[in-house]
Amino acid sequence: MQPLVKITALTKQFGHLTAVDHLSFSVEPASVYGFLGQNGAGKSTTIRMLTGLIMPTSGEIEIFGLSLAKHKKEILQQIGAVIEKPDVYQYLSAYDNLQLFARLSGIRPTRVSLMDQLAQVGLADRAKDKVAGFSQGMKQRLGIAIALVHQPQLIILDEPTNGLDPQGIADIRHLIIHLRTEMKKTVIVSSHLLSEIEQVATQLLIIHKGKKVKEGNASELFDPAKTVVQLSTEQNETAWAVLQNSAWQPYLERITPEGIILKVDRRQIPALHQSLVQLQIPLISLQPRHSLEDYFLQVTTPGYVDTLSN
Amino acid sequence: MWTLFQIEVYKIFRRPRTYIAFAAITGLIGIIQFGLKLDGEQYVEFMMRDITSSITIEGNILNGYQVCYIVLQVLLVHVPLLIALVAADMISGEANMGTLRLLLTKPISRDAFLVAKFMATMVYTLLLLIWLAILALFLNMLIFGTDDLFLLKSSYIVLLRENDIFWRYCGAFAFAALAMSTVAALGFLLSLFANNSIGPIVATMSIIVFLTILSTLNIPLFSYVKPYLFTTHMIGWKEFFDIKVNASNEALSGTIQHPMRIVQSAMVLLTHIVLFLLISIWVFRKKDILS
Repeated sequence: MQPLVKITALTKQFGHLTAVDHLSFSVEPASVYGFLGQNGAGKSTTIRMLTGLIMPTSGEIEIFGLSLAKHKKEILQQIGAVIEKPDVYQYLSAYDNLQLFARLSGIRPTRVSLMDQLAQVGLADRAKDKVAGFSQGMKQRLGIAIALVHQPQLIILDEPTNGLDPQGIADIRHLIIHLRTEMKKTVIVSSHLLSEIEQVATQLLIIHKGKKVKEGNASELFDPAKTVVQLSTEQNETAWAVLQNSAWQPYLERITPEGIILKVDRRQIPALHQSLVQLQIPLISLQPRHSLEDYFLQVTTPGYVDTLSN
Repeated sequence: MWTLFQIEVYKIFRRPRTYIAFAAITGLIGIIQFGLKLDGEQYVEFMMRDITSSITIEGNILNGYQVCYIVLQVLLVHVPLLIALVAADMISGEANMGTLRLLLTKPISRDAFLVAKFMATMVYTLLLLIWLAILALFLNMLIFGTDDLFLLKSSYIVLLRENDIFWRYCGAFAFAALAMSTVAALGFLLSLFANNSIGPIVATMSIIVFLTILSTLNIPLFSYVKPYLFTTHMIGWKEFFDIKVNASNEALSGTIQHPMRIVQSAMVLLTHIVLFLLISIWVFRKKDILS
């Protein structure tokens, strides 16, 4: 299948700083491409290059099979983006903002369709209110309505849950899933939070200091068979010895000052818990962790010690 | 392009900041009118104190044309600040609000976007000058009536007949619009280099003050650059009120003493406007949007 987005050796330098360093990746149609990295990893710079806000120092960006450098206008007609904060005109109403950006996107929607768009993001009853009085969550929803007003094929969301409350975060998550599954849209979503990305992404890219660290299919990277479990007991060494002589011996990884590390299938966790009770191991905590989380922290956190490899 | 232009004009006139300039001009002219209406005779006496012993003048000296000239002399020094309030905010204000990045992710070319914004800035400048003309000329004609215009220059006196004045004001306002458009173009250019509007507004005014001082300093060293400074030519509107005289020293109605000076000044200002716009387009094409 032809990738919808193809990035080749993309590089951006600001003076002596290399913000993005020979980054290459591709995004399949009708997927949610998770873009993961710590703050300052180069996510926003990459996304700004994808939307033509920043000129690459070198490298190629192809979207819909066209070069962004040569066909920027045609490509942007099919892209809806919310870059960082959803900033709109504070002195205009939600309706006026949506209408204004719809016209800039090359369409002249009717009042009914604009109100319908606002209703979809839960802002129909605030359509005539000035944005200056909106909460961060409402602005974010308006930003998404603006990004979607011209029915784009590719939606780019840069840190879409920044500053949102738990309900707002859940709304964004449901929207992204809805866009992919119901509307067959392709979504590129960046975040520094693994927990956000893992729930929506079908493909994943981890970048650090502008370089690609890992790219892959999310279902493989989030493989439940590779779930790391950390047990904390009152007597870790005694518990370790008991588990060495049990059916869980093949799953044992190692013992650390914080507890015992096992690698199990996520579905085995209830059985593990039951066994610990039967073996009379005084359990303080049982924490399942993705292998990806350890991997992510290992490559992106200076001084982080991987619980799997050590 | 037309849609972009319409949107930019719409945005300018939906912003409360835009009306500060209109309110300021209304307030300032209102104060001048109020003062001259109440105490105008004393003002005229003060103005004429050096010549009343040698000539006698009859008629309504403090008429609408006279008041308009006073207003223009006072206000055209300060209007650049009001122009800069909006012009220097055109790009930097969008960057500050964060809307610049949203706008530029839309399928519009940067050149078209910038030219539309520039044209909208010019519309604002023109409307401000039209508003100034309505208040300073037409309203004063209503309040103070009309008569001949009596102007005291540094070494001579100009007397313009009532029927020979209105067209001169039309020319003066058109020229002032060109001068203020130059200020707007400078502010617009500077707005590309900042992410908030305070810096470009202050920078625009600083440059105008600096160049105006250079333009007025009578130091031979600066005389070489003076003809190229736009500030030297911004007061060219006054040329409309100098009349030609014949060999008998009689004024020739409907004439301007130095029409070529007006043309030259207009050309210098126009060149600056085009230059500022071209630099703006060049800078904006290469600009990374980091706001």
